[in-house]
Amino acid sequence: MGLVVDDLAVYYRTLAGDVRALDGVSFAVGDGEIMGLAGESGCGKSTLGKALIRLDGRMRYIRGSVELDGRPVPVWDDLAMNALRFGEISIVPQYAMSALNPTRKIGMMVDELLHSRGIDPKPLHAELFRRLELVGLDPHVLGMYPIELSGGMKQRAVMVISTLLDPSLLIADEITSALDVSNQKAVAEALVEFRDRGFVKSTIMVTHDLSVLYQVADTILVMYAGRLAEKGPAETIIHAPRHPYTKLLIGALPEVGIRYGEHKLVSIPGRPPSLLEPAEGCRFRERCPFASGRCVKQPPFCDVGDGHALACWREAA
Amino acid sequence: MLAVDHVSKTYRIGTFGGTSLPAVRDVSFEVAPGEVLSLIGESGSGKSTIGKMILRLSPITSGTISFDGADVGGLHGRALKSYYRRVQGVFQDPFSSYNPIFKADRVFGLLRDSYFGGVPDGEWRARVEEALASVSLEPDQVLGKYPHQLSGGQLQRMLIARALLLEIDFLVADEMISMLDASTRIDVLNLLGDLKARGLGILFITHDLSLGNYISERTIILRRGRIVEMGATGRVFGSPQHPYTQMLLASVPRLHSRWERGAAAEALADDEAETPLVQVADDHYVAAA
Amino acid sequence: MKQKHEVLYFALRNRKLQVGGSIVLFFLVLALLGPALAQHAPLAYGGPPNHGPDVHYWFGTTAFGQDVFSQFVEGLRAGFLVGLLGGGIAAVVGMSIGFTAGYRGGWIDELLNMLTNVVLVIPTFAVLLIVAAYLTVRSVPIEAVFIGLTSWPWVARAVRAQTLSLTSREFIDMARMSGRGAAKIIATEIAPNMSSYLFMTFILLFGGSILAAATLDFIGLGPTNGISLGLMMNFSVLNAALQLGLWWWFVPPGLAIMLIVGGLYVMNVGLDEVFNPKLREM
Repeated sequence: MGLVVDDLAVYYRTLAGDVRALDGVSFAVGDGEIMGLAGESGCGKSTLGKALIRLDGRMRYIRGSVELDGRPVPVWDDLAMNALRFGEISIVPQYAMSALNPTRKIGMMVDELLHSRGIDPKPLHAELFRRLELVGLDPHVLGMYPIELSGGMKQRAVMVISTLLDPSLLIADEITSALDVSNQKAVAEALVEFRDRGFVKSTIMVTHDLSVLYQVADTILVMYAGRLAEKGPAETIIHAPRHPYTKLLIGALPEVGIRYGEHKLVSIPGRPPSLLEPAEGCRFRERCPFASGRCVKQPPFCDVGDGHALACWREAA
Repeated sequence: MLAVDHVSKTYRIGTFGGTSLPAVRDVSFEVAPGEVLSLIGESGSGKSTIGKMILRLSPITSGTISFDGADVGGLHGRALKSYYRRVQGVFQDPFSSYNPIFKADRVFGLLRDSYFGGVPDGEWRARVEEALASVSLEPDQVLGKYPHQLSGGQLQRMLIARALLLEIDFLVADEMISMLDASTRIDVLNLLGDLKARGLGILFITHDLSLGNYISERTIILRRGRIVEMGATGRVFGSPQHPYTQMLLASVPRLHSRWERGAAAEALADDEAETPLVQVADDHYVAAA
Repeated sequence: MKQKHEVLYFALRNRKLQVGGSIVLFFLVLALLGPALAQHAPLAYGGPPNHGPDVHYWFGTTAFGQDVFSQFVEGLRAGFLVGLLGGGIAAVVGMSIGFTAGYRGGWIDELLNMLTNVVLVIPTFAVLLIVAAYLTVRSVPIEAVFIGLTSWPWVARAVRAQTLSLTSREFIDMARMSGRGAAKIIATEIAPNMSSYLFMTFILLFGGSILAAATLDFIGLGPTNGISLGLMMNFSVLNAALQLGLWWWFVPPGLAIMLIVGGLYVMNVGLDEVFNPKLREM
């Protein structure tokens, strides 16, 4: 059960050609698992998140299959996906705070949303109140306009609304990025709370912030330039990564306790490749200190034991 | 070098300025040459406002800001222009800092018009290339291009190069690297470290505690316009005394320890009272909670 | 440079711009060359009254025996003059006030807003009637000045709004920290960013002034000397041209006003497509 993705590829159509934002990814997320999807801008993590719910009209599905709870998910068909959205697959979008209609009270927006799905809101009110209290919000917020709430409160309200129908898969797209430190913790912990209480079965948390993932995710999947780099338990990825990109990325993260004078952090030289017509082979090889002749061929994403997998000739395969 | 003395900023809002909104309350601190001071706070703490007041982009409501002894608030015209020769700022959004309809290197041209009118073309070109080299940028990669053709990191570094062209003494870095990717962030941050070694004083404004901890000698924690804790970075982060600082440190996600689940983050009292800073150790001051 | 060429490329190929531009250009050429081609002075009495178009009088004659064609081309000139002068004044006043209010903010903004609102709600007709009573001799330029001084408020508002949003961007702060003064910043940073909008605004003001002048002339509040298209229509109505079937007296000026102003507005829509890539039909 859970989510199984096999060789999913999604490109963006542009005037200059196809941008290969997501170029063949395969992974699985189990029931009750929170998987972190990490990477820098342009790596394809947002594309993957949105492709699973097919929310962006510019995307062009190329190939691959997605299965949720044993049933296929028609990610190539916008209309067919509508039946699954909100009920089985739900998303907390990036900038969720701007996702609330400023002219509507929040409670009214929830009722409208449920009506549009053909669901009577009244029986769900009790559950709605319970969940709001769970994330630390007074149910009175339903009678308020979005502008009366702070950023963190809005984010948590959107999270409650998105998970109201107990979806099997929740995609949380950069939900902590625009928040203050204290709110970040509350929001990330709310995500875990939802999973613990069974409101959501599988969660994919898309973010660039590896340290937040270390706090709440069970597994982390690191992406680079549209492909998978490494996947494994959070502890392994953060403290014992094997893919060169992951190692360099973690080595470039400042943390409280590391001072410039004592330990100068090092960045990764160069920039990610353009995804318009990417070169053959491993996409990290231009910047990889360990690149060799083998790297002109794309390394397979293979298992190295204990739920740890990576795509690198030197380290695996 | 830079001294901020009991500075406050109150915004007048509403029709004809009926209501007042205090953004900064009675803030005082100093920055010495070759020192990086971090101004850490969440949104609404007033940190950006302080930066803007130092850069004379926003008027000071009360108190004085002085640079090398001279009052900054009263500068006008030519005196203000000379001030900008020594003090500059870099802001959060690199793409907003450039006029999108012009080429990116126009920012250098603007300086030339204002300050270096007499410098001949060849020498100007050499100076620009030297400034670009000190921020590790290749001239042919960034000159003659439009802002949308360059990356955020390149744009921010060009702004630092611009500041270096003026040979400034003090830089206000307002969330300068927040919008950059993790792998480029550290480059720009290390660059600040190099500049500090050259004698530049830097006010590093950020909401990210790990960045402040990495780069600064001294740290100020701001909350709702007031300083709640101030002192040597090692001390403020190592043994935080104010509950707000402790809460911030407990909420920062780290790579080497896990959060305490469910610790109440919003249990702090809404502190409206004026509390003076009390010295608790050598170079460590805390506002009474 | 590539950007400018791109704009020109799209401009020359835009249908609306081509059609509207050709119409306006046609009338402009007619206005410039027409008086040289006209065989009679516009206000000279001499011809047979109420005579239809023929070889001597291409557009026929008025009830007073004046050559309609001469009046027509002279009126075209007056129309373009009013458009240029009236539109120009309105543009300069509106943009200056808009830029200043948007850039400075604070009490200057409040003051200029009040001024804009006051001018906006002034009943222009009432004021015009009073002016007409005091100035018994009025010329076309005076009319243009009056139109210019009363039609700028919407420009000020629109320019102020755009300026406000641009001023909040960091590159303005950068320009201030480069030692640039306010006027220079408005001229070199803000206005160029809005150049397409300012251009289109001027075209709208140009067309609007011509229309306003025609309206005023038609109801008799126009210039007392000289001739314009609106005045022609006024005289034709006063002399029962409609009932007498003297179509050549009022159809040409009416048609010209409609085509010129319409052409300008169509050009404007076309320009919007040229400047805004998202509107272009791909």
